[in-house]
Amino acid sequence: MKFGIVTFPGSNCDYDAYHAVTEVLGEQAVYLWHKDHDLRNVDVVVLPGGFSYGDYLRVGAIARFSPIMQEVAAHARSGAPVLGVCNGFQILCEAQLLPGALMRNAALQFISAAVCVRVENADTLFTSRYRQGELLKLPIAHGDGRYIAPPAVLDALEAEGRVIFRYADATGNSSADANPNGSERNIAGIVSEQGNVLGMMPHPERACSPLLGSDDGVRLLESILSRVAA
Amino acid sequence: MSRFRLAVRIVPRKGLLDPQGKAVSDALHTLGFGGVESVHVGRFIVIETTATDALAAGESAREMCRKLLANPVTEDFEVEAAVQA
Repeated sequence: MKFGIVTFPGSNCDYDAYHAVTEVLGEQAVYLWHKDHDLRNVDVVVLPGGFSYGDYLRVGAIARFSPIMQEVAAHARSGAPVLGVCNGFQILCEAQLLPGALMRNAALQFISAAVCVRVENADTLFTSRYRQGELLKLPIAHGDGRYIAPPAVLDALEAEGRVIFRYADATGNSSADANPNGSERNIAGIVSEQGNVLGMMPHPERACSPLLGSDDGVRLLESILSRVAA
Repeated sequence: MSRFRLAVRIVPRKGLLDPQGKAVSDALHTLGFGGVESVHVGRFIVIETTATDALAAGESAREMCRKLLANPVTEDFEVEAAVQA
């Protein structure tokens, strides 16, 4: 399977994603330059973390207009997998491939920490290798990670099982104290209506080795692999 | 076609948590500005553009806000009347 990792000016997790796909998963990966119009026949598109276009105007606002994003949107609309992590999630919201928006963290600080995330729906393209309710240890590193959407949108996301990751404490309780950035309803990751586009603030690609504190991110990539290959 | 200058004000949507505004408000209280009830921090954008007239320039700026300058989920915007540049 071939993964395409989009590099915008200011992306900084593109190599982490490349490493996770090629070294950990053992699959093929190519970098896709933001100015290109060609997805090079990839099966899965990854929008990595970083600070595309210096976060000018708003996080993700300018990246959305990169030429490659037209192809990414077409890829998403065709039902093919798109994974947006951190800045990638912000870009997917700005591109309206996912609902809502990411705002400045409630406490204003940039947060770099390992957090606990609960799997809310293990029956998706991205989570089939997890158990429902399983707690994952994943790193976050962001200044603008507070997920916001109108209440009706949040209700619809919940009702349709599209909130797939939620911040929780070590006992699995999604309390206010376990919410690192003030996201509505502790939301850490959501999928699109079709279920093929995932946006999440935690970094699964940085949680691929016990040496680095966690390998809980590996199964997210394996889930994609098992579904798309099937 | 004439040249116009427009000012656009973008502020966080009312009712949404605005931690930046809150932090500034707290700092103003610390400085003794006890009367400050709320602060909201947004963006101020100045655009120079050519247009047939001031109305068209204003409409164009509102379209820019809807498409790019403001996020429809989190922000409100106001476009000041265009002045000939």
